[in-house]
Amino acid sequence: MTASKEQFLNNPLGQKTTLEDVLDDFDFLDDWEERYAYIIDLGKQLPEFPEDERVEKNYVHGCQSQVWLIHHQDPETGRLYLLIDSDAMIVRGLAAIILVALNAKTPRDLLATDIDELFERLDLFRHISPTRGNGLRAMVGKIRDIAAAEAA
Amino acid sequence: MSDLSTANPSRAKGFDVQAIRRDFPILSQEVNGKPLVYLDNGASAQKPQAVLDAMDRYYREMHSNVHRGAHTLGDRATTAFEGARETVRRFLNAGSTREIIWTRGTTEAINVVANGLAPRLKEGDEILVSHMEHHANIVPWQMIAERTGAKVIPIQVTPEGELDLDSFNSLLNERTRILALAHVSNVLGTVNPVAPLIEQAKKFGVLTLLDAAQAVPHFQPNMQELGCDFYTFSSHKLFGPTGIGVLYGRAELLEEMPPYQGGGEMIERVSFERTTWNVLPYKFEAGTPAIAEAVGLGAAIDYLNALDRPAMEAAEMALLERANELVPSVPGLKILGNAARKVPVLSFTLEGLHPSDLGTLLDQQGIAIRTGHHCAMPLMDFYGVPGTARASFAFYNTLDEVDQLFAGLQKIQRLFT
Repeated sequence: MTASKEQFLNNPLGQKTTLEDVLDDFDFLDDWEERYAYIIDLGKQLPEFPEDERVEKNYVHGCQSQVWLIHHQDPETGRLYLLIDSDAMIVRGLAAIILVALNAKTPRDLLATDIDELFERLDLFRHISPTRGNGLRAMVGKIRDIAAAEAA
Repeated sequence: MSDLSTANPSRAKGFDVQAIRRDFPILSQEVNGKPLVYLDNGASAQKPQAVLDAMDRYYREMHSNVHRGAHTLGDRATTAFEGARETVRRFLNAGSTREIIWTRGTTEAINVVANGLAPRLKEGDEILVSHMEHHANIVPWQMIAERTGAKVIPIQVTPEGELDLDSFNSLLNERTRILALAHVSNVLGTVNPVAPLIEQAKKFGVLTLLDAAQAVPHFQPNMQELGCDFYTFSSHKLFGPTGIGVLYGRAELLEEMPPYQGGGEMIERVSFERTTWNVLPYKFEAGTPAIAEAVGLGAAIDYLNALDRPAMEAAEMALLERANELVPSVPGLKILGNAARKVPVLSFTLEGLHPSDLGTLLDQQGIAIRTGHHCAMPLMDFYGVPGTARASFAFYNTLDEVDQLFAGLQKIQRLFT
């Protein structure tokens, strides 16, 4: 079945779980084990992704693992709601971090968000491989493309 | 021996792995705050000091273009370059240096052969490969099949990761023109029983090629015993520099094959009326070759020759045995490929984790492995996995490093699954 409006609106990432929460939590993480355990835990908050949306048009190219992304724009508020899915746990976690920053925003707010600065603050690029960094950029790129299209 | 040889492995006889490791400068560093455990040798192996020195000395003392200059440096460069070719000939026990062609690597070597054999192929001809091939030994054949109307047919693989000999026997027939096989599987480590298969193929007049990229780092092949028509490998997996590889081909076949690329060096005479080809091996070496890299590869082979090869092979087998013993210590760990004859390669999956997760979490512990489909998508499909994690060992790896790999996997399993 395709995703219902509720599935999009109930995504906790970027709503119940805010960017401030994640930044606060990150300050307390010392070593790689804690950092990755946290990222993977965050990935567990990704809502269920509809099986029949795992198709080519929703596929994010440029990741090492399989990644799918769909969106819904609320007609009343104009906000953009996103769902992401991946078969790799660390990618799910990184997707969750992207969503706390970008989910449930109007396209205009989304496009104004400096995601690179966030990654820098989280010190993410230093701890992930360049290959993985490319996957992260691919996800952000696709989201920004969607926002640009919906804003137009 | 090439005259550039500074090969002198830091041991007299037997096999002192700690002394060997000191010959490889890159191995003594830390990664993510942990001593580097380099288990990605199947993707590319590290280089001994002797190789670095040979290339450095080449550029400092003798660099010039080869086969050209009427001057001393040109002679020195040519002597070093052709000396390396002779070193490769002896390594393979090939009959003549005319049969040793420099290429950019295994991939280009296979492309040279596929392109060169295309004129022999016609509609309905069959090219046998196997289900465990690297894409480099599938796609070039598909490309000439497309051009000629021939078909590429895969020999089946057993669940243990061995060639299915019944499948081979049923597929080999009078329409078969080419048999192209991995000498050793890059994913599974399986050493294929190539000699009897080649012998059988010859009864049907089939030409044979071996992709030996994963074989030569572990044992020395003998062209006279194998009896194959073409043998291909890459320098960088054989502890030599990147950017160069070798195509061995039987001279009479190479003579018959058209050149792969046109340009300088590969010609005998050029005019607008008629251009003729240079003799072997130069016919296949258009343009200025990778001279320093050839010299580096020669130095790598000299280095290996100075090792106690039987002791080295025994040490590698001890690594594989230790790894196999430790497999049950990580519940959920599944090994792909349990062939009776293997080189020390371990492809695995861990329940609940994507291979890319495994790669990242091992890297945090200083352990380098490869993850993904390993350029062998048909084999991934056969096993029904998106990819695997692969630890591939070299003679400079230690038993302690095997233990660290498994300690790392146990830790990941405790923390993340």
